Parts: sequence; structure tokens; C-alpha cells
Amino acid sequence: MTKQFLLDGQPVPFEDGQTILEAARKAGHYIPSLCWHQDFPPHGSCKLCIVKAAGRHVSACATPAKEGWEVESNTPEMNGERRGLLQMLFVEGNHFCPSCEKSGNCELQALGYEYEMLTPRFRHFFPERPVDASHPDMLLDFNRCIFCELCVRASRDVDGKSVFALTGRGIHKHLTVNAESGRLADTDFSKDDLAARICPVGVILPKGRGFAVPIGERTFDTETIRSKTLKEEES
Amino acid sequence: MSFELETAANRESLRRVAIDPVSRVEGHGKVTLRLDNAGHVKEARLHIVEFRGFEKFIQGRPYWEVPVMVQRLCGICPVSHHLAASKALDPVVGATQITPTAEKIRRLMHYGQILQSHALHFFHLSSPDLLFGFESPVQQRNIVGVAAAYPHVAKEGVLLRKFGQEIIRVTAGKRVHGTGAIPGGVNKSLSSDERDLLRKDADQVVSWSRDAVRLARRLHEANGPLYDEFGLFRSHLFSLLRADGAMDLYDGHLRLRDARGQIVRDNMPCADYEQHIVEEVKPWSYMKFPFIRELGPAKGWYKVGPLARVQNCDFIPSPLAEAERQDFIARGDGEPIHAPLAYHWARMIEMLHAAEVIRDLLDDPDLLSDDRLASGPKGREGIGIIEAPRGTLIHHYRVGEDDLVSYCNLIVSTTHNNQAMNEAVRQVARRYLDGRQLTEGLLNHIEVAIRAFDPCLSCATHALGKMPLAVELVDEDGRLVDKAISGG
Repeated sequence: MTKQFLLDGQPVPFEDGQTILEAARKAGHYIPSLCWHQDFPPHGSCKLCIVKAAGRHVSACATPAKEGWEVESNTPEMNGERRGLLQMLFVEGNHFCPSCEKSGNCELQALGYEYEMLTPRFRHFFPERPVDASHPDMLLDFNRCIFCELCVRASRDVDGKSVFALTGRGIHKHLTVNAESGRLADTDFSKDDLAARICPVGVILPKGRGFAVPIGERTFDTETIRSKTLKEEES
Repeated sequence: MSFELETAANRESLRRVAIDPVSRVEGHGKVTLRLDNAGHVKEARLHIVEFRGFEKFIQGRPYWEVPVMVQRLCGICPVSHHLAASKALDPVVGATQITPTAEKIRRLMHYGQILQSHALHFFHLSSPDLLFGFESPVQQRNIVGVAAAYPHVAKEGVLLRKFGQEIIRVTAGKRVHGTGAIPGGVNKSLSSDERDLLRKDADQVVSWSRDAVRLARRLHEANGPLYDEFGLFRSHLFSLLRADGAMDLYDGHLRLRDARGQIVRDNMPCADYEQHIVEEVKPWSYMKFPFIRELGPAKGWYKVGPLARVQNCDFIPSPLAEAERQDFIARGDGEPIHAPLAYHWARMIEMLHAAEVIRDLLDDPDLLSDDRLASGPKGREGIGIIEAPRGTLIHHYRVGEDDLVSYCNLIVSTTHNNQAMNEAVRQVARRYLDGRQLTEGLLNHIEVAIRAFDPCLSCATHALGKMPLAVELVDEDGRLVDKAISGG
């Protein structure tokens, strides 16, 4: 007999070892995430997949499903917490959607819409983060980094290059480039690397592309991040 | 240097009257007057008190982001900045010549912008003054008042603007702050459905635009002495023109006429603008004062915008607008018309021209082509000049080897008109306010003069009767003597 847990009252089957997030998405239930990627172990840093399981707040991406659990996810309380997390992410970096070329293709922005984030709510940090334009093909705009480490993991585990790393602690944490000079041009990074196309926000960008895709044809112009994620899960 | 009424000799002992804020479109401006004990105007200044800083913070950003970022300068004519920046950055991607499709779509977007902006200014912002009178009850002096008293005028104004906004939406993706133009061309063509949607209303829009010209002309002719003399000053006229002397709001060369109508400089390539235009800084305003280098600051200032363009060109290349232009020129009786209130008539002639250009462009099959982008050996510098609704707009960028902007210079339309607007304010202050007790209606005369130029000063004005105008009379020790507030 298949094991199952209840997600917002709906039975969700799972296999041993599956996380709440994996089982939920496979069953057609959306739980948001920014730092989770199916090809990598859970990271649990963005916290947007937060759910209440057996009365405790846990990251759905990192918590194995358990038989008989009652999990709350798509509730006003949990969605309100997600909104708060998004608001923190927006003020922690410099996210200026109106002039950002990632607008319409950005998962952070899409989640802002999904969870009806209407105001920044918190005071902006306005951190000083430089742009690295040293590479001939790719631009790094650190202003938009959310520390999901997808580029770190992709470069290290798939590309075998370890071009990126997080450094500093607490409020001083930031993404850095593993080179003596700190410049992307002084690494063996390539535009064909997985790390070059895995960023969910607008940090790692191909040079010169900018706004080549018109409004109306960008990823989240035609569908929400919820429906896109579930569609990808089905396929 | 200082002009008459710009700086009073004994200014600290004079009464200071401030109109603060003058309702400015994209921020804040104020007018200060200094009066002696008899109430005579000794000093009048239009200050722009807001600092924007775009030229600075665009530096260090990637060049391809600029056309979208820099358009945030303005909520009324972002398309102008969007296109000027794209034009300036075409050479950076090696597009010394963009494709016919790209140029026509940009032109369509631009003339749609001209149409909507001119309609907004005339109907929403200025027509209340012109239809009801400068001192009419303030409660009526707004677009809602116009809609009640002249419903067909208000309706045509709203629908004209809507049509222009629809053109922007179709070409740029959004009605405000779209992304259509990119360095090297455009990111989308028109579908046949979009083209047909616009074309079905194009003839009606031309017809309404003719009505608007007739209305502006009738108002001018019916109040001839007032309109011809109100805020009158004479200056050079400056604008972009097509190579054959035709009005062209998207591309061409620069021409300067003197106040008598003689061409002083012609065929100035856009790339040489720095050789001809210098900007002077004055300590009392954040807006610079441009002038023609060879003529110096005292004689080299000029006006831009519809009144300059309609008289600077040799002809308008669309028949209905050209016929109206000839009637307009005839009123000058051989001399250029300098009356600020004639801006309204000239502006409506341009709106008619824009409507004709749009109608004709919509029949062009190039709009549907996918040949949208050009490229070539990359450049490192570009200058883009267009005629925005309010006048000549200059964007100039340099881009480093790393593709980041290293230099940015923007001379926006309203800046060109800085000295001209100050002159108009001084003329009105001298003629209507000098020696009189100040009222809201009298102070509105100053705003009527500023508004005629359609600077980024008219935005909030007449916004449903909430013009935030506060006037304070302060004595020489800074004590408040009297205060009048209108709207807000």
C-alpha cells in the first residue's frame, strides 16, 4: 500500500526518501521554491517552500515526507509568511524590476506576483555590490543575488570549475568569483556552462541580449510560475 | 551672465513671493518673485529644484539596459528617451543603418507618442485655461470641467490620447515604459491583426486632429490681442529637420533660426551637437541653461518644441498639416510668431501631422517584416537626437571595452526652453502682477505661460482641481505675512 500524507487536506502519495516538496509537486500540488533544483541536493536557504508539518515550520525541499503527516502549505498563514520572505529578499539586494532585463523571466519577480507582494514592507538595505563585466560573453550583476547557490553548485558539481562561491558572513555575505583578481574574465567560465543559465534571478546574464524578447513573449507573461512549475513536473 | 529681472540689485530687502511647487510633471519647480514695497516686480525666476542624477547613475550599467532604464526619467514621454537612447546606442552594436522595418516601427511608436502627449497637454492640461479663461473659477478649471461644458471636446481629447497610447502598446509592449526599441533595431514587428486594429481608427483620428487644430486656431484668433502679446518675447528657434528641410521628428540635422526668421546655422550634424551647444549652470536652479556657443549666453538662447519646429521647417510632409502650417505662418505676416500661447496652435498642427504619418505608415508592409535588427563592428560612442513632444532631445553615451556605459550626457527638451520659460514668466509678472494684489487667478497667469511650453511642469496641474499651488508672502526678515493656497 502506498504511503501518503495530507497536504492542505488532500492525500499525497510518496515513496520513501521523497521530500514533501517532491511528492507534492509530483501529485500536482504547487509548493514554491527559488533555491531548489531537481538535479541538486536540497539547499534550504530561500525558505519559500516553508510548510507547517505536524505543527512545525519546515522546509519542504529538505524534509522527508512521513506517513500520516498533516501538512499546511497553501493557507493564508503560510502564504503570508512566504510574502514576508519575498519582501526580505527584495530589500536585501538591489532589485529594480523596472529596468532589469530579467523582468518577465525572473523567478523572484514571478513569486512576488504569485504571492501578491504589493509593497517592499521593510527598509531597503541598498548594499554596495559592483557589476563584473570583465568576461567577453557574460555579465555578473551581483545586485540581484539571492544567495541560492545554484550557480555555485552547478559550476562545482556539473561544470567541474568551481567558479563561484559565497563569502562573508551574516549581513556581509555575498557571491564572489574564485580568481585571484576576483574577476570572471580570469576564470575558465564559459557561456555554455550550466552555471551560466541556472540563475533564477538576473545575476548571470549573456552580454548584449538585454530586452531582445518583447513584452508578451517572456516566460511569465504567458503563464504563472505556479502553472509553469507544475507543467514541467508533468513532463 | 544675468538677464533683466533675473537678479534684483537689493534682493534681500525685497518681499519674496514663491509659487512652490509649480505643478511640474516629473517633479518639482517653483517660481519666485521679489517685489518692492509698492508691489513692483524686481525679480522673477523659474527654478527647477529637483535633482535626478540619471547621467551619473547610468554610468557603470551595461549599454543594452540603457533605453529601458533611462526612459524612467519621464512618465509622460518615456518613448522619447527610449528612442533617443536606442538611436544613440545603435552604433555601439554596429548598426550604423537600422533596417527599414526597425526605423518604421520606431517612427510609428514615436509619432504615437507625439499624438498622445500633445493630446494630453492640450485637452487635459491647457484647454481648461483656454476655454474658461485664466481667472475662471478654479473648481471648473480642469478636465472634468471641460467634460461638463464641452463634452465632445473632452471626449475627442481622451480618445485621441487613447489611440496614441495604443500605438505605443502595440510597438513597445506596454502603454508606458515598454521595451520595443533596442540597440540595433526593435524587438517586435506588428502582426496583421495589430496593424488592422490601429488602421480602423486612423482616419477618425486624423479627422479629430483637424478638429483640434480648428479649435486651437479659433481660440487664438478669437482672443488675438491677448494670445499675441501674452508673455511675448523673441528668441532663436531650434529644431531637427529632414535633409530637404521637411519637419521630421525622428531624425535629421539641426537648424537654428534667429528671431527675425533668418537661418543662422543649418545642416548641423547631430554628431556635432557639442560644438554648438553649451550649458550654463546657475546657482539658483538645478536645470542648466543651454545656448549656442558661437552666439554666447546673452544672445544664443533659443526655444524648442512645436512653435520652433513648425516655423523652423520649410514644410510639413503631410498635406493637411502643411495646409494648416501655411495658415499659421501667414498670421505672422512675414515674421516668426513668438507668442507663447501660439505653442498650442502649433502643437495641434503637429498632432495632425502625427495622425497623418501614423495613418500612412500603417499601410506600409515593412511593419510586418521580421527584419528587425542590424549589427556590425561594434562602436564605443553614440549620439541620438530626436524631437520629443516638448522639443529637441539629446542623448550621448560612451561605452567601455567591457560594455559598460562610461559617459552619459542628456540634454532634455525642457532644458532647452529654460531661458525661454524664464523670459515668459518675467513678461507675465511684469505685465499682469506688477503693483497688484496677488490672487490665485493672477498667479495662474504665470502657470499659463509656463504651461504653454508643455514643460515637465504641467503634469499635476488641473489634475481634477487639485493643483497644489501655495503662495507665501514673506517679509524681509523671513516672517510670513500672507499666504494663499489653491487646490491640493
